[in-house]
Amino acid sequence: MTVRIVVLAKQVPDPETPPSQFKIDESSNTVILPNGVPPVVNGFDLNAVEAALLLRDSGADVEITVLSVGSDFVMDAMKKPLAMGADRLVLVEDEGLDKLDSSATVKVLAAAIQKDGPFDLVLGGRQASDWDQAHVTLGLSEVLGLPLVSLVQKLELNGDSVSLQRVIPDGYQAITSPIPAVLTVTNELGEPRYPNLRGIMQASRKKPEIFSLADLGLSADDLAPKLELKKLYVPESNKQVELIEGEDEADSGKKLALRLREEKLI
Amino acid sequence: MTSVLLVAERDEQGEISQATLQAVAAANGLADAQVTIAIAGDAPSSADSLNAEKVVTLSAIDASDLGIYEQATADVAVLVATTNPDVVMFNKSDFGSIVGARLAFRTDSAFAADCIEISNANGAVSVTRPVYGGSALAEFDIVSIPAIVTLRAGAYEPSAESGSPSVEAADSAASVDQKAQVTDTVAEARDGVRLEDANFVVSGGRGLGGPEPFSVLTDLANVLGGAVGASRAACDAGWIDHSHQVGLTGKSVSPDVYIAVGISGASQHMAGCSSSRAIVAINKDGDSNIFKEARFGVVGDWEKILPSFLATVRELKA
Repeated sequence: MTVRIVVLAKQVPDPETPPSQFKIDESSNTVILPNGVPPVVNGFDLNAVEAALLLRDSGADVEITVLSVGSDFVMDAMKKPLAMGADRLVLVEDEGLDKLDSSATVKVLAAAIQKDGPFDLVLGGRQASDWDQAHVTLGLSEVLGLPLVSLVQKLELNGDSVSLQRVIPDGYQAITSPIPAVLTVTNELGEPRYPNLRGIMQASRKKPEIFSLADLGLSADDLAPKLELKKLYVPESNKQVELIEGEDEADSGKKLALRLREEKLI
Repeated sequence: MTSVLLVAERDEQGEISQATLQAVAAANGLADAQVTIAIAGDAPSSADSLNAEKVVTLSAIDASDLGIYEQATADVAVLVATTNPDVVMFNKSDFGSIVGARLAFRTDSAFAADCIEISNANGAVSVTRPVYGGSALAEFDIVSIPAIVTLRAGAYEPSAESGSPSVEAADSAASVDQKAQVTDTVAEARDGVRLEDANFVVSGGRGLGGPEPFSVLTDLANVLGGAVGASRAACDAGWIDHSHQVGLTGKSVSPDVYIAVGISGASQHMAGCSSSRAIVAINKDGDSNIFKEARFGVVGDWEKILPSFLATVRELKA
């Protein structure tokens, strides 16, 4: 029997943008994307896609659906999970859906999962690289009423349960959970695979399935925020570095050690 | 009055953790605060001198539920339903991040994670939290009650004030159906000092170019009596185990000296080391962000700089 997996994926500004190019429009409290740097799928969500693909590699019969909520999707970015090997892309796209707070996001995701489901596994990345909240997937487990295991670095399907490794500071926990279950996947799982040419060709032919809010039986009124963003800004750094320069690099290394001793740091 | 339910955590000795004492200060810093502290398991010896009105003990956390926290989530949810606090505060820890988020979505409440500041100056609760990997700060008004928040460690000084709270056990433990179960805990071997406790951390990043240079960093860490850290890029590349990762999604360290070698200093990395007393940067790119965060820096090739640095440190330590 096919195991249906849904992977949550979010479109975010490229986190590799150098800090010097990271700018905010303080009048609208939004990030100004630098010219020519397209958004990407949140890297941690690609870890979750990879986790689903590893289950397929291990011989499991899986169908992998990628689900995202937002507006102004950039298809080249959002199709990356398809190019990696996922089967379907489901987008909930409507005006303002890129500015939801997490409680509203969870409502929309839950509605989409209920409409498009049932699913046996719900996978999310450990956090998104824009708002760093790390709780949408956790919250979804509550709304869906499913068991939750976070920070998964390894997973194995055994019939109607999953065996998991959950990362802890100095090792891991072995955890067994019945399915359906909600899991967050951490980057310790390993680097997401690069799409190959065949995958990219296949992805280019696939069309995303698009839901509007109305398709999910939701309206903007259901999505009132619990948190209101008042101010978004880049904090000022007043640190001044003291550069150590010797006659050559080896001499700089020596002078650095002496300078640290002078400051009683070593 | 602002009623605050603070869900406490313990240190390795079973006493109230430093991070929780910081949260106690944050809770009492709210205008007109009335603080209740909840803690799983028996009350620690310091409970009756905490700066709070009341201390409530909850069910102890079963080993099979550690990291999942069905029971703790259910117990705190009962306490919230019966006491209607305005603010529920957790530490931004594994426990607080999970129980806080589960509680918020179970009770359809507002949740703000990893806050560095909380206030209630104008009636509403406001929080500040780092976003975009620490590149920016965001200020939010929380417009529904209760406000459930997790507080970043180090954001507040620990509370020095003491009080004389009543200490009582919660009425009854909520019954839960724990589905996911921890069956085993595997500790991975570690040499020397724990990264989080080290006074010196020598970290390497993408600029090292491969796994071999970490042996030089290990030599330096050993001479200093410190530990080896790494950027996420170095860990993800497989050059060193993820247990060494410092940053937003790795470990947070606050050594006296943090030596960053070949690390560009992305905000996500700095989030894990910015509370170090002094950051020392060695990087061949003088424009990299690490030099904006560092107190001392050398621009150049680490392969030429580190050996003489290590030799000089050895002489100084001899």
